[in-house]
Amino acid sequence: MSDSGTHGHRWIIEAEIMPKRGVNDPHGEAVMSGLKSLAFANTQRVRVGKLIRIEVAAQSEADAVDQGNRMCETLLANPVIEDFVVSVAQIG
Amino acid sequence: MSRIRAGVISFPGSNGDHDALYALEHDLNLDVRQIDYRETTLDGLDTVVLPGGFAYGDALRCGAIARFAPVMGSLRAFADEGKPVLGICNGFQVLCEAHLLSGALLRNRTMKFHCSWTHLRFEQVNTSWTTGLAHGDILRLPVAHGEGCFYIDHRGLADLEREGQVVARYCTPEGDVNEVANPNGSVASIAAICNQRRNVVGLMPHPERATNDLIGGSDGMRLLGGILNSTLVAQESR
Repeated sequence: MSDSGTHGHRWIIEAEIMPKRGVNDPHGEAVMSGLKSLAFANTQRVRVGKLIRIEVAAQSEADAVDQGNRMCETLLANPVIEDFVVSVAQIG
Repeated sequence: MSRIRAGVISFPGSNGDHDALYALEHDLNLDVRQIDYRETTLDGLDTVVLPGGFAYGDALRCGAIARFAPVMGSLRAFADEGKPVLGICNGFQVLCEAHLLSGALLRNRTMKFHCSWTHLRFEQVNTSWTTGLAHGDILRLPVAHGEGCFYIDHRGLADLEREGQVVARYCTPEGDVNEVANPNGSVASIAAICNQRRNVVGLMPHPERATNDLIGGSDGMRLLGGILNSTLVAQESR
């Protein structure tokens, strides 16, 4: 059971959550206009999302990835408007 | 004949719950009950309203945490029984996150919080809460939201349109649906939708804040009054 939390090693899950292609991102547009007005003239496109870092106990890399994916599917990302990518690193 | 029994769910961060309770009790003469988000039964109620506000401070996404509040299991069962559910503003966001309605609400296109009067043209009135209206009715109702831009992908929009689930769209006072009258950038100017069974309705504007001309308008009564005639309310309560 991967949710037991008492066995295995410590891992960091990073869930990167971004607005889906085609979904308006006024936050990103506002940041882009800020960058342009600060003379970062090469700026062509900005999308703003979230990075959520979660520390877990996991048996293996695959287990940590699986936990991260399930967290994103259940709560962290809304599949109607967001895509997510999970990456993991062992820290202990 | 007993009065219709209406519950209003209060989540941590709800701030439109008392507006809804007041309107339902004093303006519509319903028998109201404030439901704490930790309650696990909605027994005895004819209808449930999810009010406006900022449940859980809009943490993660509007409605994302509220979706898992203890009361939500009962709400799902209540909706599955075909009983009338109305989500107003944040309540609409919660219903979308809970997949009781389709789509999602995004940050307003303008990045601004919009607090103003809008006009809505009702296109589908055979839902649990809108039977007091006629097709094409235009209501003047206030909005107050930062994240009211309704989004659904092309396929989802086609489904909503085909199934007659687009209840109302933002329009001009004359009833024209155009981008100027769309305060938040909603897809197809959508302001209100319902589920396929038509018992769950969500909208961004606030009918409960427009129930008396003394507070700027009374068109909200024309919408809310529909519950008095809803065939989805148990017969003995009407």
